[in-house]
Amino acid sequence: MVERQSPLEPEFHVGSHGNFEHGVEIILTETRPGSIVQLAAWPGEEKRLIAAIRTVTGLALPDGAGGGLSDGVKSVFGFAPGKFTVADEAEGLAAAFAKVVTPAIGTVTDLSHGRTAVRIAGPKAEWVLAKFFAIDFSLPAFPVGAGRSTTHHDVFAQIQRTSADQFDIYVFRSFARSFWKALCHASEEVGYEVQ
Amino acid sequence: MLITCPYCGPRDVIEFTYQGDGNRERPDPASQNFEAWNAYVYDRLNPAGDHNEIWQHSGGCRTHLRVVRNTLTHEISSVAFMRGDHGRGDHGSAARRKAEDKS
Ligand SMILES: [Zn+2]
Repeated sequence: MVERQSPLEPEFHVGSHGNFEHGVEIILTETRPGSIVQLAAWPGEEKRLIAAIRTVTGLALPDGAGGGLSDGVKSVFGFAPGKFTVADEAEGLAAAFAKVVTPAIGTVTDLSHGRTAVRIAGPKAEWVLAKFFAIDFSLPAFPVGAGRSTTHHDVFAQIQRTSADQFDIYVFRSFARSFWKALCHASEEVGYEVQ
Repeated sequence: MLITCPYCGPRDVIEFTYQGDGNRERPDPASQNFEAWNAYVYDRLNPAGDHNEIWQHSGGCRTHLRVVRNTLTHEISSVAFMRGDHGRGDHGSAARRKAEDKS
């Protein structure tokens, strides 16, 4: 497969930026998953879809709205009733799901080229994201593995917490560069490093 | 104003799109009953108080919701998925029947 170009490239500047004299408190990276897939179950087929996710990824989704988990390579979370986002470092996830998620269970949409995944980590990650999104980022309200769908200035975003101080944000590829620039600006005052 | 989405939890109203008065009852698309169509398009209860409304969580989980909002206070007394267990909400018809019973 051809090398996929990052939409962030013209604004992706590796190194430390902003007010980092007292230390870097934010790390920004692009995770560049090989696969990003959206799955949707027909009403009543949610359990079969969750079983299919386990078959393909080995990840057992916890119960509840927005539940999810990540093993560091593959990630999955719910973002709407009966709907899930799954990402994998490797390519080919959509093809693997297409074999298991039959038309009677639901749908598989390959978004690998449609979304860009940005990771924000560090002790000030919650604090920077709270400037963007009107949702509760505290650990009890937004546990590790869980996902949230929300918007920043009408740019739709799906956010998964992948550790206590780390979040993966999936945005439309066409909005990714402007979102990335805004995230860099918002991180300036605490000092950030692009890796 | 906050709307508590049954899936996403409390969210700012900016994430939601108003989809209209929830008291309307749409006639069968093949219906030639012009009075029913006229009522569907134009007649509104316009209450000063609790109002049945349809909202979409367009900036979140994207589900359609039936919301009861007080038009005087903006207090939201109930939020539920439009789609019930069997794929169809009873929002409009039930609310209208209730309003008609009162009049
Ligand atoms: Zn929602």
